[in-house]
Amino acid sequence: MGYESSVPLFWRLIKPRYQLIGNKCTTCGNTFYPPKFLCPICRKEGKLEEIKLGKTGKILTFSIVRSAPTGFEKETPYPVAIIELDDGPRLTSQIVDWKEEDLQIGRKVEACFRRIYTDGKEGIINYGLKFRPI
Amino acid sequence: MIGIIGYGGYIPRFRIKVEEIASVWSADAKSIKSGLNIEEKSVPSIDEDTATIAVEAALNALKMAGINPKEIGAIYVGSESHPYAVKPTSTIVGEAIGVGPEYTAADTEFACKAGTAGIQMVMGLIQGGYIKFGLAIGADTSQSKPGDALEYTAAAGGAAYILGKNGVIAEIEGTFSFSSDTPDFWRREGIEYPSHGGRFTGIPAYFKHVVSATQGLMSKLSLKESDFDYVVFHMPNGKFPLNAAKILGIDAEKLKPGLVVQRIGNTYSGSSMLGLAATLDIAKPGQRILVTSYGSGAGSDSFSIKVTDLIEEKRNKTKKIQDYIDDKEYVTYAHYTRLRRGI
Repeated sequence: MGYESSVPLFWRLIKPRYQLIGNKCTTCGNTFYPPKFLCPICRKEGKLEEIKLGKTGKILTFSIVRSAPTGFEKETPYPVAIIELDDGPRLTSQIVDWKEEDLQIGRKVEACFRRIYTDGKEGIINYGLKFRPI
Repeated sequence: MIGIIGYGGYIPRFRIKVEEIASVWSADAKSIKSGLNIEEKSVPSIDEDTATIAVEAALNALKMAGINPKEIGAIYVGSESHPYAVKPTSTIVGEAIGVGPEYTAADTEFACKAGTAGIQMVMGLIQGGYIKFGLAIGADTSQSKPGDALEYTAAAGGAAYILGKNGVIAEIEGTFSFSSDTPDFWRREGIEYPSHGGRFTGIPAYFKHVVSATQGLMSKLSLKESDFDYVVFHMPNGKFPLNAAKILGIDAEKLKPGLVVQRIGNTYSGSSMLGLAATLDIAKPGQRILVTSYGSGAGSDSFSIKVTDLIEEKRNKTKKIQDYIDDKEYVTYAHYTRLRRGI
């Protein structure tokens, strides 16, 4: 069993992972990604609406993975960054199509569609968004 | 009129030069380069496949079309390297670009012409009044046996076309196909790399089908070679399309804008569709483009496409094919092997 090899879990996350679908609380105006079931600020008073977030953002911080977990060994070295989307939410993602000089705090990036994880030779292929420098 | 309302391409960034591959096999790079008329080919990253290429191309096409994706009623993805043997690539694309769930989808296979077959299927559904807009994609991450002649050309890339009747940037004036059971190139189920019939892939296969489909189209539409401003033929290498043009009496200059194979290689199902996209990137309103795909096994789909005034306004909304060709990073054969075979 590899990382996140559950088929139902993959299926449940398709929408936010493929399209950057998050949600916004119309009571406090905060935007969330991945989408929340309940506004963590307004709690019961909050009203969440689904929104499609923009594909661009910037690197807040990053680290280069050289000793990878199972299933990612063939991709090393690869950067993982915390990205702040222009629409507000922050998320963790792999950076692809990178050169050494791209790895800078504040570097503009955009989402692109890639394979995230392949569950062995017979399992499901987990697709989703990674980010590339622009 | 039915036509293209948006198109987009995608080519992975990595490239490998003919010299680099030739050096591994102690082959003469100079004679290979002149024999195939090719300089380098694209290589997909370790996390790229036909589905990811198809999605990126479709998003570009959608941006240009400027329509709500939920209005797309059909998606066909043509490829000979679908990531799954059973499970469609087309629904991955549909989900990733926000179509549906009210749409029909299927993957097509016909060697390198599976994408243009999708265009014809979408044309039929629109003409019949079943759908408003449809999406046809040709994309591949081509396979080649190490050391085989195909290794110099088998590349990765794709192009997507959204067709409809409103907001047309290029009208599809007509299409004509020519097919036969010709065993020039094949891959059996479960086998990693394709096999080919060597020299047999030329005259009885590529040239017979490309020339016959093109002649059939011109005869059907009462058009002649001089009526076309640009011509795109499937590009297994840089030489075959030029030779086909010679047979048909077409000026080689007309093929130039679409002859992307020299810089990116043969993108199989993406090949003629990327060539068309590169030509649409520079064509002027009123100009007419001839496109003939070729798929081993074998068949050709030929199209006459006339550019409309709307192209000037819409084509700058997305990245051009030349942008993708120019954005590149060279890899060594060792790195290439790592990317392609995951060592």
